[in-house]
Amino acid sequence: MATLLLPDALASAAATAVEACAHCGLEVPPGLLVGGSTSQFCCAGCRAAHAIIHEHGLDDYYAFARRREAPVRATGRTYEDFDHDAFHALYVRARADGLVETDLYLEGVHCASCVWLVERLPLAIPGVERAELDVGRSLARLAWDPSRTPLSSIAHFLDSLGYPAHPFRGVKADQMRRREDRAALISIGVAGAIAGNVMMIALAIYAGWFGGIEREFERYFRWWSLLLTTPALLWPGRVFFRSAWVALRNRTLHMDVPIALALGAGYLRGAVNTMRDSGPVYFDGVATLVFLLLVGRFLQQRAQRAAADSAEMLFSLTPSTARVVEGDGVREVPAEAVLPGAVLQVRVGDTLAADGVVARGRSSLDLSLLTGESRPVAVEEGAEVFAGTTNLSAPLRVRVTGTGESSRLGRILRDVEESARRRAPLVRLADRMAGVFIAVVLTLAVAAWVVWLGRDPSRALDNAIAMLVVTCPCALALATPLAMTVAIGRAARQGILIKGGDALERLARPGHLILDKTGTLTEGRLELVSWEGSDEVRAMVLALERHSRHPAALALQRAWSAGIGPAPTDVRETIGQGIEGRVCGHVVVVGKPSFVLEHGSRAARLALPLASLDASLSPVLVRVDDRIVARAAFGDPLRPEAANAIERLRSRGWHVSILSGDDPHVVAATARALGIPDRDARGGATPEEKCAEVERVRAAATRAGDGRPVVMVGDGVNDAAAIAAANVGIGVRGGAEACLAAADVFLARGGLTPLVELERGARRTVNLIRLGIAFSLCYNVLGAALAFAGAIDPLIAAVVMPVSSLTVVFTAWRGRTFTGASA
Amino acid sequence: MSVLYVLVPVALGLVLVAVAAFVWSARTGQFDDLTTPALRPLIDDRPGHAREDKQGEGRGE
Repeated sequence: MATLLLPDALASAAATAVEACAHCGLEVPPGLLVGGSTSQFCCAGCRAAHAIIHEHGLDDYYAFARRREAPVRATGRTYEDFDHDAFHALYVRARADGLVETDLYLEGVHCASCVWLVERLPLAIPGVERAELDVGRSLARLAWDPSRTPLSSIAHFLDSLGYPAHPFRGVKADQMRRREDRAALISIGVAGAIAGNVMMIALAIYAGWFGGIEREFERYFRWWSLLLTTPALLWPGRVFFRSAWVALRNRTLHMDVPIALALGAGYLRGAVNTMRDSGPVYFDGVATLVFLLLVGRFLQQRAQRAAADSAEMLFSLTPSTARVVEGDGVREVPAEAVLPGAVLQVRVGDTLAADGVVARGRSSLDLSLLTGESRPVAVEEGAEVFAGTTNLSAPLRVRVTGTGESSRLGRILRDVEESARRRAPLVRLADRMAGVFIAVVLTLAVAAWVVWLGRDPSRALDNAIAMLVVTCPCALALATPLAMTVAIGRAARQGILIKGGDALERLARPGHLILDKTGTLTEGRLELVSWEGSDEVRAMVLALERHSRHPAALALQRAWSAGIGPAPTDVRETIGQGIEGRVCGHVVVVGKPSFVLEHGSRAARLALPLASLDASLSPVLVRVDDRIVARAAFGDPLRPEAANAIERLRSRGWHVSILSGDDPHVVAATARALGIPDRDARGGATPEEKCAEVERVRAAATRAGDGRPVVMVGDGVNDAAAIAAANVGIGVRGGAEACLAAADVFLARGGLTPLVELERGARRTVNLIRLGIAFSLCYNVLGAALAFAGAIDPLIAAVVMPVSSLTVVFTAWRGRTFTGASA
Repeated sequence: MSVLYVLVPVALGLVLVAVAAFVWSARTGQFDDLTTPALRPLIDDRPGHAREDKQGEGRGE
């Protein structure tokens, strides 16, 4: 070793201060720091995006306090397929003013700064007239002049800013949904206007009771109330009658039945009393109920809507065209038209449109859409490749074996859809109570009628109807959607995005929690775990590895702070094997043991004893000239908070297990580190097996019949089917988009801490709902007692009903659900 | 008090106008996306910055 003479600067590679990436703000790996530059970047993607933003004078982007904190992962696709006629026929619409318009689904859209950047497209690309981004759904609507700029260059531009674009394939469903939303909003507006005015008129009548009112004017006001309330019931309010009717015809009961009963009875009795010009009217109560109930229903629908939306996004992720080799030429055809047996040309940066076998060429593929793992995988002739993966390094010819639905991606996506459809809708707490509720109310109303018939027949009917009106389960129907909506909003601020209230209700009870390993329990990236060798060798290895973008090289650069080292010469990297070069006159080879041992003219000699390694680690040997002088081991380390988080979930009664596609030895080692028994840790599972396993656990839970949920947490498309099959699917940050689309909950913050917060928040939300329901039942009992005593009149009804609703609103608002502090 | 026979219909007529305006705005899609437009005023360009050439066109619908 003494023969290795190295410059001082190299041997004492000094630790550098942490630098933030000028684009995304994340820490810059020491190996990528550029001396003398004011702007440092964490990756090539960020550097390119920064250059583009600067070039187009969009530097204001960096003035946002909250920007997207993620490295730019440009796919480098050319997007040529976006200019194809078949593509235009499917996704591009002509506009009246000669421009054309399309909707693109963008990956990686998260916040205000994204809106700013995307909507500045017209400044950056001449020919683009308008760009509008809907943040909630990651949809960009573009209008451009096709004679001035092709869609491919727009898409490529978005891609290089870190927003890979996909055609949006759910336009029709989207329009329908939009129409529904508008209709619901109009109903609410009309009902609200009517309710407000009926209440004002009612105020005049009530004031008249105390201050005196002429008979003539009271009658006048009552007629106006009737006139106003009629359209409120016939137009916005008809949904309750329709839904109650459907429920009765199906011989089921849900909350709309007692609601329709109360509304109908109150209105009819009021109308009769108006015409007879005697007895109470309840128009103000009825109109207010219609309004409040519609609001609750709208909130609930919107929460469920978000869940449905995302399934369509899945299909936007697969490529729309493929290049088929025919004779000497290459023809671009829509992906749907590719048949098994055809040979596809796959250029660098293209995404495979079909499954197949490599017929010619060697390259590396990005499988992240399928596996969630960003490490490139080397392929050569005869290797099986899958649709949805991206070709990274060299052109390939691929003989197609499966397309569309029959491709592996297609099957996984279909599984996702099917599981999502099969997932039984949750019977809401409020609906479960509907049956009992309606029986009690009807009994009480009949009882009131009978009792009053004996005492004062003239008031018997009015009192029975007062009973129906005052017990209208308005607050009951509001309690659930309100608490859910508020909780979902709060959770979003904590970086926990929940697509539907169902997920919260299901998570409130402890059940079976199944975790994916890679990227969920672990960091999901290679890190240096151990190093056996001298500092001198370390400096030489680092000098060499600075020339590589391999995950192991990046891990070394992160682990060892980089100084200015000697420049190695003759650097050669063999994909998937290792790297070699000359440093300070020595031949240095770093790589897999087989590669390092076989390389070179003379047989390698071991220069130091090596301890045996854990099976979960990947070893790397270092050879200097003909001696093996050092060994490094790489692994995917556990997240620091994983053990603590799992311990807390277990103490809450959750049964935690691991289900991973990784090597079983690695999975077993991880499980041991977390204190999970071996029988609950399963490795080597394919996406299909993962889905089957989740189904099995669910079936077991159903048999047990205790309603304990099965929750799957994962990050890759390999988890997507399993996530959709679970009662609640949770996607974690950094995962594949397809997996996020299948999930009910997306944790936008890394690590498992948000999972613990989610569990606690769900429990608190459901408690809050119970509290709200309890409150509204108290009011109903009070109202029923008053009505029974004959003490209820429209004024008391008009006070009690809104107050009960307001109490529920207040509890939902003030309740501590997602508070952030992990108490 | 008989002025009420005039005032109530007048007031309700005004309500009708407001409701009609609301229905129109909902039907023309002004409530479709409530997140993004809320972000736009916050993020608009500084005056005199880069955007003069496009100021008029392409914004409103």
